[in-house]
Amino acid sequence: MAEYDEHHHDVLVIGAGGAGLRAAAEAAAAGASVGIVCKSLLGKAHTVMAEGGVAAAIGNVDERDNWKVHFADTMRGGAYLNNWRMAELHAKEAPARVKELEGWGAVFDRTPDGRILQRNFGGHRYPRLAHVGDRTGLEMIRTLQDRVIYDRVDVFMEFTILELVRDGDRVIGAFGYDREKGGFHLFQGKALVLATGGIGRAYKVTSNSWEYTGDGIALAYRAGGELRDMECVQFHPTGMVWPPSVAGILVTEAVRGEGGVLRNKLGRRFLFDDIPPLYRDQTADNEEEGWRYTQGDKNARRPPELLTRDHVARCIVREVREGRGSPHGGVYLDIAWIKERIPNAEEHIKRKLPSMYHQFKKLADLDITKEPMEVGPTTHYLNGGIKVDGDSQMTTAPGLFAAGECAGGLHGANRLGGNSLSDLLVFGQRAGRYAAQFAKQNPAGRVDPEQVRQIARRAVAPFERNRAPQEESPYALQRELQETMQELVGIVRTEDEMRGALQKIENLKERAARVEVDGNRMYNPGWHTAIDLGNLLVVAEAVCRSALERKESRGAHFRLDYPDKDERFGKVNMVARAGHAGALEVRMEPIPEMPAELRQIIEEMK
Amino acid sequence: MNSSATFRIWRGDAQAGEFRDYQAEISEGMVVLDAVHQIQARQANDLAVRWNCKAGKCGSCSAEINGYPRLMCMTRLNDLPLDRPVMIQPLHTFAVLKDLVTDVSWNFRVKKTVKRFAPRPADAPDGTWRMAQADVERIQEFRKCIECFLCQDVCHVLRNHQLMDQFAGPRNYVYAASLEMHPLDTQNRLADLKDRHGIGYCNITKCCTKVCPEEIHITDNAIIPLKERVVDEHYDPLAMLLGRLFSGSRNKANTRA
Amino acid sequence: MRQAAAVAKEVRFGETARRDAWWASPLAVFLGLCAFVVYTTWAALQGDHYRFGPYVSPFYSPELWGSSGAWFGPGRPAWYPRWLFFSPALLVLWVPAGFRLTCYYLRGAYYKAFWADPPACAVGEPRKHYWGENFLPLLIQNIHRYFMYLAVVLVLILAKDVWDGLWFTSPSGAVRFGVGVGTLMLATDVSLLVGYTFGCHSLRHLCGGRVDRISECPLRGGLYRCSSALNGRHNAWFWASLTWVGFTDLYIRLCAMGVISDWRILF
Repeated sequence: MAEYDEHHHDVLVIGAGGAGLRAAAEAAAAGASVGIVCKSLLGKAHTVMAEGGVAAAIGNVDERDNWKVHFADTMRGGAYLNNWRMAELHAKEAPARVKELEGWGAVFDRTPDGRILQRNFGGHRYPRLAHVGDRTGLEMIRTLQDRVIYDRVDVFMEFTILELVRDGDRVIGAFGYDREKGGFHLFQGKALVLATGGIGRAYKVTSNSWEYTGDGIALAYRAGGELRDMECVQFHPTGMVWPPSVAGILVTEAVRGEGGVLRNKLGRRFLFDDIPPLYRDQTADNEEEGWRYTQGDKNARRPPELLTRDHVARCIVREVREGRGSPHGGVYLDIAWIKERIPNAEEHIKRKLPSMYHQFKKLADLDITKEPMEVGPTTHYLNGGIKVDGDSQMTTAPGLFAAGECAGGLHGANRLGGNSLSDLLVFGQRAGRYAAQFAKQNPAGRVDPEQVRQIARRAVAPFERNRAPQEESPYALQRELQETMQELVGIVRTEDEMRGALQKIENLKERAARVEVDGNRMYNPGWHTAIDLGNLLVVAEAVCRSALERKESRGAHFRLDYPDKDERFGKVNMVARAGHAGALEVRMEPIPEMPAELRQIIEEMK
Repeated sequence: MNSSATFRIWRGDAQAGEFRDYQAEISEGMVVLDAVHQIQARQANDLAVRWNCKAGKCGSCSAEINGYPRLMCMTRLNDLPLDRPVMIQPLHTFAVLKDLVTDVSWNFRVKKTVKRFAPRPADAPDGTWRMAQADVERIQEFRKCIECFLCQDVCHVLRNHQLMDQFAGPRNYVYAASLEMHPLDTQNRLADLKDRHGIGYCNITKCCTKVCPEEIHITDNAIIPLKERVVDEHYDPLAMLLGRLFSGSRNKANTRA
Repeated sequence: MRQAAAVAKEVRFGETARRDAWWASPLAVFLGLCAFVVYTTWAALQGDHYRFGPYVSPFYSPELWGSSGAWFGPGRPAWYPRWLFFSPALLVLWVPAGFRLTCYYLRGAYYKAFWADPPACAVGEPRKHYWGENFLPLLIQNIHRYFMYLAVVLVLILAKDVWDGLWFTSPSGAVRFGVGVGTLMLATDVSLLVGYTFGCHSLRHLCGGRVDRISECPLRGGLYRCSSALNGRHNAWFWASLTWVGFTDLYIRLCAMGVISDWRILF
């Protein structure tokens, strides 16, 4: 049963979204032999769903922009829980990483003088997002993919990693299966990079696909890694709410960047009613000024629709709760209204937001150039993640690196739109570079066959359980977990509800041990769901326990029982790890002191 | 609207298979993929199907619905006649792995045989280039491709004649076009297109264009313009002569071997 | 890469799981083209009734060695083989015929309608082997651009015919400006042919398709955009111009035969 194929690489990258591909490209360029393992086909990862753009202070549209402004914006957006070193590196290196993509074949939209065009986005002071209409993520993943396929890189498509393999503390490989045949594979790597993305599937309403079950986070956790800021789950304010089958699918923030406005059923732009103090100076107080901002007026302040995502999402929840929502439990997002302001508005919308037009036309039978959309919050992104070193992206487990969404730190309590695409470029590159370096300096580890046999045994257990009366369906359990998280650990949280959620998670853990699947190991989604369930339970518990500890409201984390910020919690990160008894432990870790020059930048930009 | 409908889904693997009928509950706005998921969760846990974004952006859930290649996530049930079973089959052109999942690896292998992007030296000292929006728009259309391979599936050169060894297929022509017409690119892929990638096998059925979920005008904007470029360099004596005399006419010549 | 035999496939001719009327479009193309070819052949073989007043049938323009002597004087040229039937139309029609037969749109359409290769998308084919346009004889389709050059000249001549169709000779011999139904028909004919010819894929390629940085030459850019706009509906232009050109010939023919009379709108 424990038969498996072996693969050897200097650097093994797990995940083939933007961060994984960027890491692979970098490691290959450094001369390492690289393997990429991805759960789906190449180029299908969630990076394709990123729409609005990639944030980089290139300053092509507004020359006042520079890395310091970007750094300050990121820190403010993250309510200062960020790893400031990552925020600094990110702001400094993003422009180079974006420009470099053009040399690899990417074609961003252009300014009139032929440079990369940049657009406005929530929380960014200046137009900063390089973009291609509203399919920037597709452009990026395709560019990276089309570079990597020509390099010395082996791509293992539709493979899933079950567990990391360790030699002492050091991570030396990964053990997994291929979907096609269900065969086992041992991937040995002198260094490993996790780039597995997020945890959206822990929630019922999400913009994430089946893949986003927190695999990398759970793998790192079980291999001794630490997780930070797990309570900060980002809910994107605008997901589709109707029809039910598409609920959760993302509506890009670019709609608001292009002048789209949010209204309740009374037709009021309710965001004007609640502008947080931290942003009051930067936000327009009338509709006219907000409109001018979206049209590139450098003297205008941004409309409140472009406030940070956590805030906009909470305001939408409030409107709906207080009975001012749209018929299907959302609010209205209106871009069609710009026809009052500009000629050829219809053409303009179709050109600037082609895939949004297409998406609503096809899925909801709605023409966004004529009617407002109905939108509501959807689980979108994990701001926290695996704790890494800011410079090298190495986790607390030696030999294991992490980049992109699965790594935590850059975004603090809340991510700014556009910062994830730049995150995966900057830190994908760094992870690739340092992983290749680590691989050069360290010999391959020694695999313990017993460790591998155990992983394999656990994986096939769901086939071997006797049909008992308490047999559990993996789909049903996953559904229950999603409903629990959605209702009890969602946008608005309380102590009682989260305690209830924890109980439910414990209950689900027990039942998960009884999950049984039909059929054989060949391309069997039932089996895959059963395996993913284990990872989802780990991340759900980490989110829940971290959220319980943070007894305040900050960024994406909002507690009804502690609705305000609390200075004491502003100085710490929640860090989760497996304790000695195997139970998940959360501790508060003080945020390291920021160097004076960074502190000064933040003061200046206030 | 709470009714049910029958879905006739192909179940099997590379060796054998059959159609099986499943009932699914229908609600408003449902797409075919929703029905497949419902069946998977309630009746057939091991029903193999690929999907990811469920919004027509990743191109994973390609299948043949009532005999026509489509994305399951973008096919609404209210656009289909539900009085007869909805027939769902895997792509015909590629070998079945299991149920609705086929082996599309050939597409990835062929893509690698298209010469990679090679830009001219940077225009500005900071390593950047200048490109006009008008010039990038043409290839931006090709770069919308989500690699769902529906065009490869429907193209009769692959589907009926299985000329995989000689013909790269519409997807790869779109890829080649996105590089060949790139304002920065310096490579020449025309000889490859003619010989290695068999663009001459295309007889312009336009089936690829019809099934493209991204509405890329594959035939008119990618394949035919490439055919015309191949004619320029390999068939048209006048153009070949002029091409030699005025080698700058495609604004690529500075790097032509 | 072999297929698993178990999946229902379109192995036999016409076999498909499609449920729509996939045969309708190829059938329409088949019938439409057959009707046109039959009529055109008949009209071209008449050798007469192609002029009425200032009008000349587009099938017969330019009227080479025709009875009016407009181009190269009246009568059959000496070099023309004795055994072969002569009609001025035969000296002209090969140009539009060649242009249309090698047209990218029509190629795809008649491969389906006349050769069932394939009969329609995702429908089984009658033959196993396939050469496409990769080998002779169909490799010759690459000649399309040369027919396009000639077709452009022909369109200019037809435009001249519209101008000629504005000048009517009265029974007294005086030439007066006027507009008849025939004039309008000729003008429409030329407009549709312009729409078809200038949206030709080869012309579009010549205008700007062959250039990667079209913004460097605004004139080219403009031409390319115009040609692309027409090209977007090339099939519609094809059928509209094809139908109208036949209809125009029929109109002039019936006038010349005295079956109907041309209605003068101005003068």
